Amino acid sequence: MLFKAKVLVTLRKSILDVQGKAVLHALQSLSYTGVKSARIGKYIELEIEADTLEAATAVTESACKKLLANPVMEDFHIEVEELSDVHRS
Amino acid sequence: MTKLRFGIVVFPGSNCDHDALTVCQSLPNAEAKLLWHKQADLEDSDVIILPGGFSFGDYLRAGAIARFSPIMQEVIRHAKMGKPVLGICNGFQILCEAGLLPGALLRNQHRRFVCKMVTLKVLRTDTIFTSEYHEGEILRIPIAHGEGNYFAPPELLDEMEDNGQVIFKYCDAKGEITDAANPNGSMRNIAGITNKEKNVLGMMPHPERAAEALLGSTDGRRLFESLVQRATLQAM
Repeated sequence: MLFKAKVLVTLRKSILDVQGKAVLHALQSLSYTGVKSARIGKYIELEIEADTLEAATAVTESACKKLLANPVMEDFHIEVEELSDVHRS
Repeated sequence: MTKLRFGIVVFPGSNCDHDALTVCQSLPNAEAKLLWHKQADLEDSDVIILPGGFSFGDYLRAGAIARFSPIMQEVIRHAKMGKPVLGICNGFQILCEAGLLPGALLRNQHRRFVCKMVTLKVLRTDTIFTSEYHEGEILRIPIAHGEGNYFAPPELLDEMEDNGQVIFKYCDAKGEITDAANPNGSMRNIAGITNKEKNVLGMMPHPERAAEALLGSTDGRRLFESLVQRATLQAM
């Protein structure tokens, strides 16, 4: 079966996100005064061939720990879903 | 007498490899060659240099992909055997990603790429990389990076300082370690560190770009000479 994994990688909360801060200032200068915080991260999409959702999730987690995120400075969040034939790219 | 053999790893996107090669080849009692990242053989190199540049376009994170190049297995083995490994700029980032050095290098705090001459203080001379310097000496060496903001948790920084692993700090012309002299936001003005065993050095400044008077400074040259000097002493 084919699964799609969506991975979000963000800087850890304890680390100052200088890009996010610049974007926040830009938004505020555009009068979006209600915006109180902006943080920038990365979005990574993987297509994974696996037997089960659990197996696809395990592969994604392992890939995040090994390569996609650096635990010294980043956190990651994963969402995995099964791809129906229609959605295959 | 056998010569000290420098091996300089070339990744796709390395751009300081030939600078390092030129400096190493100009040293007495040394020879140097380039090693392509795909090979799984260090060709009997005594010292491995991971040069500056933008390996793999800095995709994902600086150094993150280079860290898994085939040659890195051997570089890690070389380091674990206690042999010298020097990472300059992108090389420092790769060493952190590979777990050979603690911490990580974040985007510069002011968000800009910074390319300029800086002043550094030599904190430790009891390493194979810095024996030809004087403790407290101030060096003029250039930096050129967008992600050189050294980060490690405070407890780890304390431990590293206690172990004498912090080798270079950014300072002003008088040697004072101040915020104004910090070019990228690095914690505690850190510019270069070693591992616990002190055989692996990572630094953001480029000593290979400060090894000829024509280039404005020769202060980086003694880093390479320290390695040769030690090898010469050992051979005697």
